[in-house]
Amino acid sequence: MSIFIDSGTTLLVQGITGRDGSFHAKQMLEYGTRVVAGVTPGKGGQRFEGNVPIFDTVADAVEKTGANTSVIYVPPPFAADAMMEAASAGIRLVVCITEGVPVLDMTRVYPYVKEKGARLIGPNCPGLITPGESKVGIIPGRICTPGPVGVVSRSGTLTYEIVYQLTRAGLGQSTCVGIGGDPINGTSFIDCLDAFEKDPKTKVVCMMGEIGGTDEQEAAEFVRDHMTKRVVGFIAGQTAPPGRRMGHAGAIISGSAGTAAEKIQAFKDAGMGVAQRPKDFIDLVKERM
Amino acid sequence: MNIHEYQAKEIFRSVGIPIPPGEVASTAEEAEQIARKFGGTVVVKAQVHSGGRGKAGGVKLAKTPAEAREIASKILGMRIKDLPVLKVLVTPAADIATEAYAGIIVDRASKRAVFMVSPAGGIDIEEVAASTPDKIMKLPVDPRYGVQPFEAMRMGFFLYDDVKQARAAAKILTQLYQAFQESGASLAEINPLVTTPAGEVVALDAKMVVDDNELGRRAEIDALRDESAEAPSEVDARKANLTFIKLDGNVGCIVNGAGLAMATMDLVKYYGGEPANFLDIGGSSNPEKVVHALRIITSDPNVKAILFNIFGGITRTDDVANGIVTATRQNPLRVPIVIRLTGTNEEIAVKILEENGFTALTDMDEAVQKAVQLATGGKAA
Repeated sequence: MSIFIDSGTTLLVQGITGRDGSFHAKQMLEYGTRVVAGVTPGKGGQRFEGNVPIFDTVADAVEKTGANTSVIYVPPPFAADAMMEAASAGIRLVVCITEGVPVLDMTRVYPYVKEKGARLIGPNCPGLITPGESKVGIIPGRICTPGPVGVVSRSGTLTYEIVYQLTRAGLGQSTCVGIGGDPINGTSFIDCLDAFEKDPKTKVVCMMGEIGGTDEQEAAEFVRDHMTKRVVGFIAGQTAPPGRRMGHAGAIISGSAGTAAEKIQAFKDAGMGVAQRPKDFIDLVKERM
Repeated sequence: MNIHEYQAKEIFRSVGIPIPPGEVASTAEEAEQIARKFGGTVVVKAQVHSGGRGKAGGVKLAKTPAEAREIASKILGMRIKDLPVLKVLVTPAADIATEAYAGIIVDRASKRAVFMVSPAGGIDIEEVAASTPDKIMKLPVDPRYGVQPFEAMRMGFFLYDDVKQARAAAKILTQLYQAFQESGASLAEINPLVTTPAGEVVALDAKMVVDDNELGRRAEIDALRDESAEAPSEVDARKANLTFIKLDGNVGCIVNGAGLAMATMDLVKYYGGEPANFLDIGGSSNPEKVVHALRIITSDPNVKAILFNIFGGITRTDDVANGIVTATRQNPLRVPIVIRLTGTNEEIAVKILEENGFTALTDMDEAVQKAVQLATGGKAA
């Protein structure tokens, strides 16, 4: 078991002929992901790597191949439309890797995708991987190994660092999810924690947050009230200077400055393990297995 | 991206929000001429990308053109929160009966643009939010429909009892939402929104922050960027596509990815050192970016050791290695360097570095400890 993706995932790549899309489509194929289709408007009828059929629209691709998941590598001005197109075509899981999507676009995309009943991960995220089964996105496959540790993170390379250290210590992962750090994203820490709680293979969860916002505090409350599995948390930015402020409204709307200290306290109050350094995850996870 | 008050006011005026006239001066003489043209008492306001202008002495009343000149010459020489004041806005002083607050921000929690209005405006709005939250009304806007007339009126009546003023405020709030959407803003704020003794509702200040991700498709907004008002090192970094924030420590950090960059700074501190900066070289790096990054770091005289921490995913570690070799050939380093890299093309990167007399580490903790020791002369643990 795992969360969100497994060996039954059939993947469609939006932007499969672009620089990033083609590079990562190859990497995903090599990892063993079932890449069943690509979409690039105007290139319908061609094949990627001589094998994967390319379509002009997501609707075509879904109809012909039955893809249930889509990963998006299109440039930022087109990303909002790509996410909506995927959800509209009946894709169940939409993963948007694209960085730089305007946040006002996301205020429209989010309710649209929800109405269609799809799950969105990202944008501006590294995607997810269920080691040994399927990889959707850009997380390097070779740093992961199958096992019982669930990983959810707001960052990209910091996730790789911690997964790499877990793997070297013999602690394999059920699924690793990078939810992305944009102000509006499709899937929250809580969505992932809830899925890990219900996943029989996951025994312990590692959660990496960052300063800013209140997502980590809300996640900590969820851990306290709804989880039987143990969770270990980390906050990046403990030494970051107070950020330049966004007028008055930022602090007022959240009622919180989103400091590392505040978040770490929330983790402790929820009975979570707190890793001070990435390295500390290893012992904290082992103690909780 | 921050824009100046006078620029935000032009945008607000263009959608119909009532704003008193005003002109920008970059010399004391110009300020005097503008004050003479308006006649009567004027306000001279520092144009700088920083809050707390009033508290820092950057906003002052002038009763005569001569006084406007004198005040402008003082404000134009000031630095507010380390940013230079190069322009002032000169505007006729308004008679104020009441001060309210009106703002729109993108809210992470509701995933929508949210209005915030308060009848208790002015400089202490945060104090109001903390001590009397019932004096603030929040209203999330459904992006599919935009702000509706009844919603704008609810906010109007929250601000004013008088129906004429409530209607005027509702109109202004609707116009503010239009400006917010059309400019690709992440924040638009009027503080204070005032009533005059004659009962008019007028915006006396304007603030707008634009989402950087919008600039590619909004050339007219991008053109408002004022680089002279930004920290020079940060302008450099942006041009090289790097994210850089200067700090006070002595370990210069060059990292790929914001989360890993923050975690690296935290680890520097954990092992007894102080980071000199936050610097993220981003995802798909090329050697040129690394050269820029090293130039920015080495121009800081406080830096006593340089630490590279690269986890190659999209980033190819051989690109980073080539960048280090090129940069140090152009400008030999005066301080020691510690390089940690792992991930994509690691073997090639290590070979490039070793052929050029560098050593590469693979363990993050080991690299950070070494950099801290070098920066502190072995004094830290």
